[in-house]
Amino acid sequence: MSRTEDRRSQARPAAGESDRPRQGALIALKDAALSALVALGLFAPMVGLRTDVAPSGGLYLRTRWADVAILCGIVFMLRLALVLWTGRRGLQPSTAPRPWTLWLQKAGRFFAPALLAVALVLPFIPGVERYELDLGILVLTYVMLGWGLNIVVGLAGLLDLGYVAFYAVGAYSYALLALNFGLSFWICLPLAGILAAFWGILLGFPVLRLRGDYLAIVTLAFGEMIRIVLVNWVSLTGGPNGISGIPRPSFFGLSFSMSGDPDTFAGYFGLEPSPLHRVIFLYYLIFALALLTNWVTLRLRRQPLGRAWEAMREDEIACRALGINITTAKLSAFALGAMFGGFAGAFFATRQAFISPESFTFIESATILAIVVLGGLGSQIGVAVAALVMIGGFEFFRQFGEWRMLVFGGAMVLIMVLRPRGLVGTRTPSVALGEKRAIGANLIGEGRG
Amino acid sequence: MAYALQQLINGISLGMIYGLIAVGYTMVYGIIGMINFAHGDVFMIGAFVALIAVLLLSLGGVMDGPAAILLVLLASMAVTALYGWTLERLAYRPLRGSFRLAPLISAIGMSIVLQNYVQISQGARVKPLEPLVRGGVEVMRDGPFVVQFSYVQMLIIAVTLAVLAAFTLLVTRTPLGRAMRACEQDRKMAALLGIDTDRTISLTFVIGATLAAVAGTMYLLRYGVIDFYIGFLAGVKAFTAAVLGGIGSLPGAVLGGLLIGLIETFWSAYFSVQYKDVAAFSILVLTLIFLPTGLLGRQEVEKV
Repeated sequence: MSRTEDRRSQARPAAGESDRPRQGALIALKDAALSALVALGLFAPMVGLRTDVAPSGGLYLRTRWADVAILCGIVFMLRLALVLWTGRRGLQPSTAPRPWTLWLQKAGRFFAPALLAVALVLPFIPGVERYELDLGILVLTYVMLGWGLNIVVGLAGLLDLGYVAFYAVGAYSYALLALNFGLSFWICLPLAGILAAFWGILLGFPVLRLRGDYLAIVTLAFGEMIRIVLVNWVSLTGGPNGISGIPRPSFFGLSFSMSGDPDTFAGYFGLEPSPLHRVIFLYYLIFALALLTNWVTLRLRRQPLGRAWEAMREDEIACRALGINITTAKLSAFALGAMFGGFAGAFFATRQAFISPESFTFIESATILAIVVLGGLGSQIGVAVAALVMIGGFEFFRQFGEWRMLVFGGAMVLIMVLRPRGLVGTRTPSVALGEKRAIGANLIGEGRG
Repeated sequence: MAYALQQLINGISLGMIYGLIAVGYTMVYGIIGMINFAHGDVFMIGAFVALIAVLLLSLGGVMDGPAAILLVLLASMAVTALYGWTLERLAYRPLRGSFRLAPLISAIGMSIVLQNYVQISQGARVKPLEPLVRGGVEVMRDGPFVVQFSYVQMLIIAVTLAVLAAFTLLVTRTPLGRAMRACEQDRKMAALLGIDTDRTISLTFVIGATLAAVAGTMYLLRYGVIDFYIGFLAGVKAFTAAVLGGIGSLPGAVLGGLLIGLIETFWSAYFSVQYKDVAAFSILVLTLIFLPTGLLGRQEVEKV
């Protein structure tokens, strides 16, 4: 905080009052011109000269200088506007409370219940069609994954870059158990969770001694290894073609078929058969699973295990000195996080009815981690908001086509630069003397594991 | 025997490329303690700039010869260095001194941006390039099997060794290198002693990007096929190499790169191509279980 202030005061030119605007404008112009020059250097080879494959198979160059000029112009204007607006200090990251933070905090008390209420009645809001429900299911899946990873990264402070491995284990467990043994979704769901948790422990053991970025690369390696095995073990997993025809879940034994027979959902309740029933059912299923994750996390935070995680995140050595078993704490964090990932995976498999290793790439892990960090490490509501913003926003940009991922990545950078502690800047401490008050996110440790 | 020798040659030339990228990772890690996830994509940019430079030169009538390759290399280094500088300026400098995960997410975001930027600007199709350097030296003949040490591989090894030698001189003998090492040891103290740490860090990124550009050019010359996605896998492998050698250690990065290259080549030659990445990663995990800070890494003293 004080550093930021220092920099700001330094950056102001110490000129007389009357000179300041003109000088400022000159500096801004010079700055923008320099930025445009850099942009020219960046874009001239990569955008200006496009390599294309000729029909004969050779490569040829196509020039697009107009695009380069436009891009440089955009950079010039943006930089000019930015410098004029903020002065020379540029964009500053901030975890400090802003004037509107207080208002937001007051509103925040109603924000979570309101979000929950909207999510609860979403299928029955008029105008909500299949598309919106599917999007809702997608967002809730990521909310659940985010909450699951939040246990590992946000509470226990262990950086996991391979979380998608457990998602994959859950999905393949359900698909294989259901197809090979004919087990129903409701038996497979806990089994998928248990298997994923088992993998969490198995992968957790070798990394117990590793810290920080060594842990990160090993978890990343595990994620990639599981994906490579899924691609290559064709006799079990179907390889790159994946597994299709995964059974759909039933509602207490009532299937969601369109026939209208008495043993189907619509027939039993005397409803008009509609494909929407299954979507609504899946929506509530993932909603309940996500809430379960949230509830377990919130309850665990009050229990010795959860407190041990948070203590470990704040300071592992001190935590060990106080007699907390680090091995148990780390493994249980991995196992629980993995279990919820496994649940989400089983849900994903039953919803899609088709899975392939394509769905479990590193970018998926990165997205989930980004949701956790963008929302605010350790903040439950933050994860939900970030999932809504990132996944919902991603859908919103669908019309941009191939520009969509570019915007997605750019948004990740921008949010981090502006709010390095995540969108939600406050945390509620798990333990407090007297009344629990929200505290700044910068007071919470981030873990070195 | 002949087969193994051939694999050794292939593995070393592949490992050199990994080593060059790994040096970029390890330098950035040493100096600001962050994983520059976008570094693999900087390598990819280097390969693309080299491709464009090759095509430009062939338009100008210069087709081959050492001068052409040198020009391509220099062009790629210059443009990629600018990309590295911009990357640091836009995505990492505002987060300096912030908490640990913010630059990581920012780097992942930048990696997505760079990949999609190249996909949009250069197209998603694979770019095949006619080999520029053909032929090689016959090292050994064992029945029908001929061990070939191609000129490209020689070029890769020679250029990499030259670049690494220059880089070592830079780090150990020049004022900039001293400033870099000072920043690595204690950034605050270095700043107090009058080192412009922001400039030093910028230059670190520039140098890292330059090395990645050399790697990208070599990759293009060796394999001749590039697309916008090559950065991810090469980046992950190089990062694995950096961690294997002990992240923060420059000789460790090269050693790790060579090891990963050799493991991969020998595994694909003798066991299965599909699981070569699993082999590389398994070696990494095994090494880290017994040496948690890598082969040449320093044990960090940690205090409460």
